[in-house]
Order: sequence, then C-alpha cells, then structure tokens
Amino acid sequence: MGQQYETVIGLEIHVELKTTTKIFCSCPTAFGAESNTHVCPVCLGLPGVLPVFNEKVLEFAVKAGLALNCEIAPFSKFDRKNYYYPDLPKNYQISQYDLPICRNGFLEINTGSGPKRIGITRIHMEEDAGKLLHGSSSIVNSGYSLVDLNRTGVPLIEIVSEPDLRSAEEARAYMEKLRSILEYLDVSDVKMEQGSLRCDANVSLRPLGARGLGTKTEIKNMNSFRSLQRAVEYEAKRQREILEEGGRVVQETRSWDEERGVTVSLRSKEEAHDYRYFPDPDLVPIVIDPGWVAKLKASLPELPDARKERLVAEMGLPEYDASIITGSKGLADYFDAVTAEFNEPKTVSNWIMGELLRLLNASGVEMRENKIKPADFAALLKLQADGAISGKMAKSVFEEMFATGKSPHTIIKEQGLAQISDEGALAAIVEKVIAGNPGPAEDYRRGKEKALGFLVGQVMKETKGQANPGLVNKLLKERL
Amino acid sequence: MSLTNLTAHELGDLLNRREISSVELTEAYLRRIEEVDGQVRAFLTVTADLALKQAAEADGKRARGEKLPPLAGIPMAMKDNMCTRGIKTTCASRILHNFIPPYDATVTERLLEAGAVLLGKCNMDEFAMGSSTENSGYFATRNPHDLRAVPGGSSGGSAAAVAAGEAVFALGSDTGGSIRLPAAFCGVIGLKPTYGRVSRYGLVAYASSLDQIGPLARDMRDCALVMNVIAGHDRRDSTSAPLEVPDYTKFLVDDVRGLKVGLPREYLGDGLDEEVRGWVKRAAETLEKLGAVCEEVSLPHTRYALPAYYIIAPAEASSNLARYDGVQYGLRVEADDIVSMYSKTRSQGFGEEVKRRIMLGTYALSSGYYDAYYLKAMKVRTLVKRDFDLAFEKCDCLLTPTSPTPAFDTGEKTADPLTMYLSDVCTIPVNLAGIPALSIPFGTVRGRPVGVQLIGKAFDEGTIIRAGYALEQGTDLTRPRPALERTVEEWASSTKP
Repeated sequence: MGQQYETVIGLEIHVELKTTTKIFCSCPTAFGAESNTHVCPVCLGLPGVLPVFNEKVLEFAVKAGLALNCEIAPFSKFDRKNYYYPDLPKNYQISQYDLPICRNGFLEINTGSGPKRIGITRIHMEEDAGKLLHGSSSIVNSGYSLVDLNRTGVPLIEIVSEPDLRSAEEARAYMEKLRSILEYLDVSDVKMEQGSLRCDANVSLRPLGARGLGTKTEIKNMNSFRSLQRAVEYEAKRQREILEEGGRVVQETRSWDEERGVTVSLRSKEEAHDYRYFPDPDLVPIVIDPGWVAKLKASLPELPDARKERLVAEMGLPEYDASIITGSKGLADYFDAVTAEFNEPKTVSNWIMGELLRLLNASGVEMRENKIKPADFAALLKLQADGAISGKMAKSVFEEMFATGKSPHTIIKEQGLAQISDEGALAAIVEKVIAGNPGPAEDYRRGKEKALGFLVGQVMKETKGQANPGLVNKLLKERL
Repeated sequence: MSLTNLTAHELGDLLNRREISSVELTEAYLRRIEEVDGQVRAFLTVTADLALKQAAEADGKRARGEKLPPLAGIPMAMKDNMCTRGIKTTCASRILHNFIPPYDATVTERLLEAGAVLLGKCNMDEFAMGSSTENSGYFATRNPHDLRAVPGGSSGGSAAAVAAGEAVFALGSDTGGSIRLPAAFCGVIGLKPTYGRVSRYGLVAYASSLDQIGPLARDMRDCALVMNVIAGHDRRDSTSAPLEVPDYTKFLVDDVRGLKVGLPREYLGDGLDEEVRGWVKRAAETLEKLGAVCEEVSLPHTRYALPAYYIIAPAEASSNLARYDGVQYGLRVEADDIVSMYSKTRSQGFGEEVKRRIMLGTYALSSGYYDAYYLKAMKVRTLVKRDFDLAFEKCDCLLTPTSPTPAFDTGEKTADPLTMYLSDVCTIPVNLAGIPALSIPFGTVRGRPVGVQLIGKAFDEGTIIRAGYALEQGTDLTRPRPALERTVEEWASSTKP
C-alpha cells in the first residue's frame, strides 16, 4: 500500500445580490433583458463618470455575514482590481482587497461522521462584469465577440472559505448549505444555472496526517452542484495520479469541461494577473454603525438550522425529513402551509419528499413554479385519509394537480374517480365476482390466502379502480 | 471699449441695461476667436451655432423681463476634459478623437442652467498631463502675452482664451497646478477649489483623488460669480462634500485688516527667479499696507511633495486611463486579436507623456513595489497635509509664488520631463493636501505675467478670495492687459516667435 493522500478544498463563491438596482448606478439588475438595455454612462464606464455606492448592497452583504457568523468590519473600503477584458468596460473591477466587509465566520455542514464546521475567511463586495458572446467557442479563436453589459455592475459578494473541506461531497454539502442560507436571507436568487451563484474551487492534496498544504489548482466553470462534485472528484484523482507517479502538481487555473468530465489547464501561475490593487479614490470608506448591525442581526429571518430544529421539536419530524424539508426555504414554507391545513406532519413530509420532489426533479420545474396550492395539497391528503380515494388514486390525482394546478375535487369529478365506499353497491359486484370466479373462490376457502388478492383485483377491475380496497376485502371475506 | 476685454459682471451690467444683447456679445467673441485663435490656438472645438442659440435664448428671456442670474448670456469656454452632451470631448487625446458624450458633466449642467453661453472646448495637455499645453495630441497653445511662450498647462487653452479675449471666463481642472500655472503664465485669475467643493462628475479623470474643477477669470468678482454657480454638493460624486456653499461675492470686501498671512520659507528658496521673488515680496507688502499681518512659516515636507505626486497621480492615472482600449468608444486600431488591438490602439492613441505616466503608475502599483512607492507616497501626502494644518493654526492663509518662473519658451522644457515637472513645485502640495488656492497676476517679468498664489484652509475659499480681492483693489498689477489692448497685428508682430 502506497502513500495515502488527503484532499484539501477551499471554495470561493460569488453570489449575485438581488437588489433592485446595480451597485454603483441606478440601472435595474433584472436578469434576461435584451442586451445592453440595462445600462447607463456609469456602468458603461464612459469617460468622466463616477460610481455611487448602493447602500442596499451593504445591508445584504452584512446580513450574509451575520448569518455566516462573521465579524463585521467597522471600517471597510473599496479597491480597484486592474485587468483588461472586454466584458469589463473600465478595465478595472471595483472590489474589496485588504479590508473586506466581513471576516472570520463559519458554516456547519452535515457529513457522514456528523456535523462539521467550515471556516469562512472573508466576504467582500464587488461589481459583476458583463458577458461576452463569442462568434466561435472562445475569445481566442473567434472572428468577433459581442459584448452585453447588462450584468456589468450587478452587485456581488464573494464568500471565501477556509481550506476546511476534505472531499467533493463536503464541498457540495457546503455549497448547498450556503445556497440555502442565502435563500432564507432573501438576498439572492441563488440560481447556479443563471449564474447568480458561481463557484471556484481550490484543490490540493497532501500526505494524510501532514499539516502543510500541497500545491493547489483553482478550478473554474462549474455550473451546478453536480459539476462541482464531479470536478473536485476528478481533480483530486488527477492530482493523486501525478503524485503517485512521483510527479509534481503545477500551480495553475483549470477549467472544468462538463462534457468530457475533465479539468483542463487555463493559465499557469506565471501567467497569473498582477491586479495592482489600490484604494478606489472615487469612493469614500465605509464606516459601520454598530447599532445598525445589531438591528440587522435582530431582524434576520429564521435560518435553516433553527427551522430544522423547530420541525423536529415541534412537529415531531425525523431529523432526516426535517433537513430535507428545510434545505430550501421555498420547500419549508410550503410544508408549513400544507401542515397548517392538514396537521399530520409526517404524512405531509412523506408526500413532499416522495411525490413532490420526484415530480419536480423529473420535470425540471422549480419549487417556486409548483402549481399545487398548499390548500389543495392538504385537501387531497384529507380525501385519502377519509377513504374517499385510495392511495393509488391519490398519487394519480396528485400528478394531475402538479401538471394542471387544478384542485383534487375538480380532478376527481372530471375523471369520475371518486372511490366507491357504498357497501350496497359494492356487495353486488363482490357477489358477481365470486360467482364468476368459482376456482379462486374455492382456493381461498381452502386456505390459499393469495387467491383473495386475485378476487380483490377483479373487483377493482369491475369498478375501474374506484372501489374502496378495505371495504372490498371486508366484503369478500364475509362472503367466502 | 472692447467687449472682449470686459469682465462678466461688467458685461452683465451692459446686458441688464440692454446696451448690448447676448447675441451681439457672443458674435463679438466668435469674431475675436476667428481673428486671434489662429495664433493662440486655444480652442479644440468652437460651438458657434450652439453659442448663438444659447445667446438668443438668454436675450429672449431678458426681453420677456425674466430676472436672470449673473452669468446669463455671458460667453465662456470649457476645458475639453469636461463632458458636454452632443459635443466632442477629447481630452486633447487622439484616443478620444471622436468621442461625443451622451451626458453633461455636473459643471456643464450648472453653467448652462445659469444661462452661460458655451463658445467651445479648450485645448489642454493630453488628459491634463503637462504644464505647457504642448502635450496636446492636436496642437500646442501659445501664450497671448508672448507667442514665443507657453501658456502653462494643463488648462492652457482655457487660460489663453480668457487672456486673449476669446472667452469671458473659462473652466479648467487642476490636479497638480493645472489651473493656477496657466493662470499665472497668462496673467489671469485661476482658482482651484477645495477637493470636494466642485463635483467631478463628468470630468474625465486623470488622478481622481487630486482632480478639481475651477474658474479662470479676469477678476476676483468673476471668479466668485463662477464659483457660486459650480460649487456645491452633487449626489453623483461620492467625494463631493455635503456642505453649504457661501455666496462667494460676500468675500469681495476690500478689508484684510488683521488677516494673518503666512510666507512659507520653503517656497521662497533656491530655484526661484529673483524677479518673481521680488513680486511675491511686493504682494506681501501690499497686503501688510492694507492691514494684514505677514509672517514667515515653515512647511518642512514641501520638498517631498513633488516626488509623492509623481507616484500617486500616475498610479491613479494608470487605472483611470485603462478604459481607453478601443472596445466601446474612441480610437480603435484593428488587429488580429484582442491583445494586439489593445496594444495598437493605445500605442497610437496616447502621446508620449501619457504613456510615460501610465508606465510610472503601473510600475508603482505592481506587486512587490506597492509598499515602497504608493504606500510611502500616501504617507508623505499625510505629512504634507499636516504641514499645512500646523501652519493654519497660526495663519488664515499663505502667500507663495504660483511658479518659480514666468512662462518659459515653447520647446524649452519638452526634452526634459523633470524640469517641466518642476514648474508645478509650488502648486502640487496644495493638491496633495486637498486645500483651496488661487493664482492672481502680480506684475510681469520681461513682459511675461507673474502669478502669486494664495492658499487657504479646506473649504475656506472665502478667505483667499478676500485676500485676492484686496490685492486687486490695492494695486494696478492684477490685470496685465497690454497684449490684449494692442491691435491683433501689432501684438502678433511684436511677439512673433
């Protein structure tokens, strides 16, 4: 057995804040507008313009910092990060360098071996860049590139973790937890696919038990939780193979290629930018009033961990259910709304985790686009509990509700699905089935329990599945 | 009487008494530009049609009996680094040869709102980097007092226009002396306000922590009137001060009794032209005669100001000028790939001095050099500021030369940037400290005007306006007009290079 290695991961996560307007001008931040329509001289970086800081950004950043247990800097400032790229109209990005707004926080994740605290080094505020559309696959081999500056100046926070993560699973768990917290805070749309949540990973290996850090690579271009996990897994394996062959890992920036499932070199350390940071003379330092921070802290919404504990303690949900339900604020709010009308938390959580999440995943629909109203959800569960419909029927009605947004009563009526629980009506059918199937009836009488199932099935067939199965069982047994 | 050498308030009186119309006045200035600007070359763009339209509007309002503000209908000029909507704004750079801003600078808005008539945009050292207006990407401006001499810089076009009777007043910008030096060289008044007094929104940045817009004018009253229009808080400039602005004409009182004037010994030492020294002494004596008390003071870190400036200003410039890359506006030199496009565009678009400062600044901010250069320069800046703070514990204002010498000849200092930089040795510390200062003409040396500098406490422009006004009222030295009063032909032939 050769040398054992430990994977060391730190994440840098960029979060677009959902303020109404941009960080240094009053252009809207809304996603999806026609190219270059959400722009003004300031975010276009025209000669002579000056940035004016949107204080809502500060509020959102401080909220995130407080939720992530950070110290809030009493004195903070903006710096210029200088580099040339056509999506950056000033050829510098206004960011924060040595005095970020938040420092020294942490976030707790669940791992196979219990909860683990992941350090947060810092959170800083900055402006987003624009987007390039290349004539070909990249700026290098394109005859032309188009520039869309709508995103330029959308506020970002960058959340930098300590190198405390030890596996791709942990990295994913951290990212998911962070997304959940930001969603609860309502400071970001946190959509990876739209780029409002973006992640770079620093990955290195070291001999198990060693204290220092190995040479790291920085992985970019991971656009989903799954690609984060896959990319980190791949990169750790790639580095392990290099080390096992006696080679050396090169410090560089690498890009995740989703299709090929590999990371590829983007630029080496020698090619790395010298950003020539210096304080932005166009902006004044940020001086924080501790009273304001205390007020923000007091006004923070309930966060996922607290909510999870509440679901366990007050609703009696198992830990597992509670953590899934509270993993997304939308889901947790939905759960609360359904249980408010149908107070059987475990049944509701079973349905949410089993049916609702399955349908959401399969259809790619977002929770917020879910058409089933909580009251309808509760009504369906009630119908099932009262025996008005069978469990099987309930599931099929639920699928119809998910697809159409109609109420369960409407669907049952439209499709004639109401369960037959009328003893008189069923008794006649039961007798007809017994008469028509003398063989199986005789088998059952001789003690062959299985035959009863066949007879139940025949009754269901006769009633197009609408018979109350419990009642059918009872009637058959009575008559056999 | 010639309309082209009267002040704004004198012309305002004529307009109010309906002795002239703004259109007549504007036509007189446009004619003057036509006559002399071939020699002076103060303007990059003349906006004749717009000016006449604005003048007609002012006349219309006056005819309807509207009460108009003091600068209404007065023809003026702006340095070409202040944005004017729909009017080319080039910073005298090839890289912005075709740039037409879609918005107005705050100062533009305020002047137009006050009814002032824009004659055009003035030449300057490219991106305000220079002391002679020889660094323009288009042509050099000449000194109306002596065509062999430079007008000073970087607001040389603005100062020359006012001196040559081509504009009643003008706006300049001052990062290290760029209003005061040309004011001194051209024999006009130039005021650099306190940093934060006048909005920088729409001023194309050279060094953001030092840049400030101010007036170039023919007398102290005009200077105060322009300040009344342009000063004040602007939400669009985070560094503009949210302070009340006084009526600056209230400081035009001919009384400096008890005013404590400091004479910093570091400004009167080696390298100072003897005749200039004589004029500074005479200005001090004049103030004393009027009741002020002059005493020597020391600003010990003065000698470090110039080197600190040449770290800080280029550092900021290297970042401010990064946006001129050929992507969105301005010059683009096509090339095979983006990096070559950047490099060709910037190589062809920028002049030598701009490139020099971009390189200086890029170096000073580079990884590993930041602490030794930029950080150290910022510490020096703090010390320079503290020198002034200490001096102002004893004095109300300071009196110094504006420049160690009068205007030098065209071409005299272009070969050696360092000697050129020394022209600003008396003005740069003021920018580092962010305090206000004005240059007022006081005598001539070999036919070339001399300026003395009055330096005030932060946001106390009032005191230096009062002291300047006293000098103006107490002597006949503050309006050197001979060059303007000769006929153009005589004047041109007597000073032909």
